[in-house]
Amino acid sequence: MGKKTIVPIGPYHPLLEEPEFFKLYCDGETVVDMEWETGYNHRGIEKICESKTFEQVFYVVERICGICSTSHPFAYANAVESIADVDIPLRAKLIRSIVGELERIHSHLLWVGLAGHFLGYNTLFMWAWKYREPVLDMFEIITGNRNSYAMFTIGGVRRDITAEQATQLIKVLDDVKVKTDLLVGAVMDDPVIHARLKGVGVLTAKDIHDFGAVGPTARASGVKIDVRRDDPYAAYDMLDWKVITAQGGGVFAKAEVRLLEMYESISMIKQCLEFLKKEEPGDIKVKVKDIPPGTGIGHAEAPRGEVFHFVKSDGGNSPIRHKIRAPSYTCIPTFRKSCIGGTISDAAIATAAVDPCYCCTERMTQVYDHRTGKRMMNAVELIKLSQQKTDEIRKKLKVKL
Amino acid sequence: MGFKENCFKKSLWVFHLSAGSCNNCDIEILDLLTPRYDVERFGMKLVGSVRHADVLLVTGIVTKKTLPRVLEVYEQAPKPIVVIAVGACPCTGGIFASGYNFAGPLDKVIPVDAYIPGCPPKPEAMLAGVVKLLNKK
Repeated sequence: MGKKTIVPIGPYHPLLEEPEFFKLYCDGETVVDMEWETGYNHRGIEKICESKTFEQVFYVVERICGICSTSHPFAYANAVESIADVDIPLRAKLIRSIVGELERIHSHLLWVGLAGHFLGYNTLFMWAWKYREPVLDMFEIITGNRNSYAMFTIGGVRRDITAEQATQLIKVLDDVKVKTDLLVGAVMDDPVIHARLKGVGVLTAKDIHDFGAVGPTARASGVKIDVRRDDPYAAYDMLDWKVITAQGGGVFAKAEVRLLEMYESISMIKQCLEFLKKEEPGDIKVKVKDIPPGTGIGHAEAPRGEVFHFVKSDGGNSPIRHKIRAPSYTCIPTFRKSCIGGTISDAAIATAAVDPCYCCTERMTQVYDHRTGKRMMNAVELIKLSQQKTDEIRKKLKVKL
Repeated sequence: MGFKENCFKKSLWVFHLSAGSCNNCDIEILDLLTPRYDVERFGMKLVGSVRHADVLLVTGIVTKKTLPRVLEVYEQAPKPIVVIAVGACPCTGGIFASGYNFAGPLDKVIPVDAYIPGCPPKPEAMLAGVVKLLNKK
């Protein structure tokens, strides 16, 4: 083993909004080993849930993560309803699916923007976030809040979608579709992005199985898993859609999966709205008196992968055990595969490609040994390095900005 | 106008510190920089290090693990600095106040100049908070 340099990243840096700490062991330009330390965001949510009533837990799990604030209540609702053996009205199922898919659109737009920023494409960042705003407005109209929607309850949903809101939503979706075309063009047809991202942070199908990765990370390596198809919940079994996969497993494939999934989400919401139109306005929830003793398992496909909730009830007011597993928890260990062997300038985008969500993951602390390093480098420099590499490729390909 | 207010007449540089948040307030802060709200037209800018900042935006509850880091970041900040608690979590602890890993509201840890409640506060509310703070005599 030759001399190694340690490049610490974090815990506070502008790369991702959340605190996390990575340690890259480098030999020259190449990353040879990697460690990470999380737990900064540990808030003790599972324990807090045990002190709330079943009804109140929705608002706690919603705040596990601000971006996945439908997926966690979705999985929790599936778990509790499986204990109580409740069949929710069709209208509620459709509304749940609509909110879930809208969330996927806003989350993927957010990711595309951030990925653009890491590569030095700030125009892409501004575009994606600009086109995300109408989606958030739609959330405000339908649910009453831009984030943390408080839409779910045991046995259904809390608000109905009126015909007027439905027409507004269709208009917004049509608009988003046009903008998605534009973003897809900006990413897929750009020779610089092809050269910069292809073959970076590659995960093979075997790696995915070894690490147990889920969601777009797995689908980008050609592994066709999606909870919405494998174990349909809400209205997903009524809809006509396909699971998007891509080959290659690199960062480019992950971007491709996310971009194409937005089209599927748009078409799914439109189908749900069609069903809603045919339905007579009726009940949006059934009354559930009490939750019998028992255990329930619920899962849902979040924008980042499978969210898993386990709830145990003793017949009382509140769960006696609530276990949550978020998608980033299984996807983050893949960094060891995607970063090691690559260069430092690729580490930023390879880690960002998973769309890691630390607030989801951190109900567990991992501590690693520390070794002393010689050279220090912060994340601002890391992003700069990543952006420089894009510039070099741009020059090589003779593309002007 | 006091010394502190005088320091903040020109463009404000902001450092964003996520103590232990759920990402909601954080993405709303990022939203402020993007075309619809675009605070950069007022000269406000997110900076990479607290050593360059005039304003420290804190989101999320202060957890036991982040507590020493929050203190360290505050110590590194050039004084005077304006500390703004964004969202219900740093103001009071919000929904996580009963958690075992909650180290106390932000104003028990470092001095706070403004509180912006809400879960999450809308970007307009954040702008209004900063404007109110600057107009305070």
